[in-house]
Amino acid sequence: MRQVIHILNRELKDYFISPIAYIVISVFLLITGWLFFSSFFIFNQANLRNLFNLLPLTFSFVIPAITMRLFSEEINTGSYEILITLPVTFPQIVLGKFLASVLCLTSMLIPTLSYPIFISFFGKLDWGPVIGGYVGAIFLGAAYSAVGLFASVLTRNQIISFIIGTLICVSLTLIDKMLFFIPQTMLGVIGYLGADFHFKNISKGIIDTRDILYFLSIIFIGLYSTHLAMQEKS
Amino acid sequence: MIQINQLTKYYGDFCAVDHINLDIKEGEILGMLGPNGAGKTTTIRMLTGYFKATSGTIRIDDYSIDTDLLKIKDMIGYLPESAPLYSNMIVYDYLNFIAHIRGLDRSKSDARIEDLVGLCGLDNIMHKTINALSKGLKQRVGLAHAMMKDPEILILDEPTSGLDPNQIVEIRNIIRQIGKEKTVILSTHILSEVEATCDRAIIINKGKIVADDLIKDMIRRVGEEQIIYLSFLEASLDDVKNRIIPFDGVIAIQELKSIDEKAIRLKLTCVNKPSLRKKIYQIIKKTDWILIEFSQETKDLETVFRELTKEK
Repeated sequence: MRQVIHILNRELKDYFISPIAYIVISVFLLITGWLFFSSFFIFNQANLRNLFNLLPLTFSFVIPAITMRLFSEEINTGSYEILITLPVTFPQIVLGKFLASVLCLTSMLIPTLSYPIFISFFGKLDWGPVIGGYVGAIFLGAAYSAVGLFASVLTRNQIISFIIGTLICVSLTLIDKMLFFIPQTMLGVIGYLGADFHFKNISKGIIDTRDILYFLSIIFIGLYSTHLAMQEKS
Repeated sequence: MIQINQLTKYYGDFCAVDHINLDIKEGEILGMLGPNGAGKTTTIRMLTGYFKATSGTIRIDDYSIDTDLLKIKDMIGYLPESAPLYSNMIVYDYLNFIAHIRGLDRSKSDARIEDLVGLCGLDNIMHKTINALSKGLKQRVGLAHAMMKDPEILILDEPTSGLDPNQIVEIRNIIRQIGKEKTVILSTHILSEVEATCDRAIIINKGKIVADDLIKDMIRRVGEEQIIYLSFLEASLDDVKNRIIPFDGVIAIQELKSIDEKAIRLKLTCVNKPSLRKKIYQIIKKTDWILIEFSQETKDLETVFRELTKEK
């Protein structure tokens, strides 16, 4: 675990030394802020539903931008060789990098806490869905981070890794919107695969183990595939 | 200390390292020579656990690379070619990260970093970001990185490539200093570097070890032969050949093209003995030939290297 923390620390420092974190966070805040407040006063309701409704889609673009450099940059500059030959195991590396991106996305969500605080002055805010929404957002973000991490280990080119990550994340988000293509018997299964569906459940304030389990499995599959891809490289 | 047995690596169909056997003793400085693409880096990468071997075994002391990889990584300090360090970190942060990940705790790591700053001459650059450093300075940071935990084995892949002559001397001095106590493996294609720093050298070509010897033996063996160039005017080729070939010690005689059309030029491969040259001179003195060239060339490591690694 100590090694994981060292790697996590280094990655976090890297995020906040370079401009990437600041750029991604500002873009995220700009987009969500605009999407949220542009219709907030029209609906005239004291809730954050609008923010959380669009979160899976914004995350599909923002999270791969956070994770794209994690492996690609190292493979490209050659520091990957240094990392691998240090006395750390593959799971420690994967976990360290994954947790760094989760912390980065958490820090990205923190400024949005000002929205519920702001809204609570205007009307009676139901804090259940808000807390559920944030818990769900972290799970969703973590799942997409695992996907993005996998996309990053596949290539030395950050742009390609961003595109692969986005493709997978967008598919996970939109898959349950595409159900009219799917035969009747498969509906349940395919619907279950959609990240949006599970996230909506949590963001309503209902924290169901099935939804948590879904995100945990995506995380596990993402991280394990990353591990396999690393083994394939050596 | 290090035993490499039948080590082989394929990239697809291409055989980069072909059944290499190698034994490296504790405290030895081993130079790995070879042309570009000979398999030096691949061998080193398998030794450091970056690549998995297609077949064959690597053992370090009692540890096998397949089962005790972490232990072996812990024993080895490794500097990859052209020192690909984390370029946007500050030198101090970087060394600190390496110290922690190598398991030095806070109290020890600062003392160790201080030692390395002295050894590698990093006094004035600790606050700089790595990508702002010149190549030589970066290489020195890389050396400090590799020596962080005082490793039992130090592996350096082309540590002096791209450095200026002064920096090369500095890096060599550091390597020699470390080599007094540690096992060092050094890959390079600069021959003088091996002559200057190593005890023993292997020459790798096309994935195979084509020579493996102590440097002093290698130099002595190649010094046993010498080449003499002779050019004459007013002499016939047959006459010259007949008079010189019978000597004990002349291994081969070969006619070369001369710039002067009237002259004949010969290349004699023979044992390196002054008495032989004396005899040749005495023969020439007895004839009417006009001697216009009598020069000798001793083979050095470079000639051996070229002979062993040239394309056939």
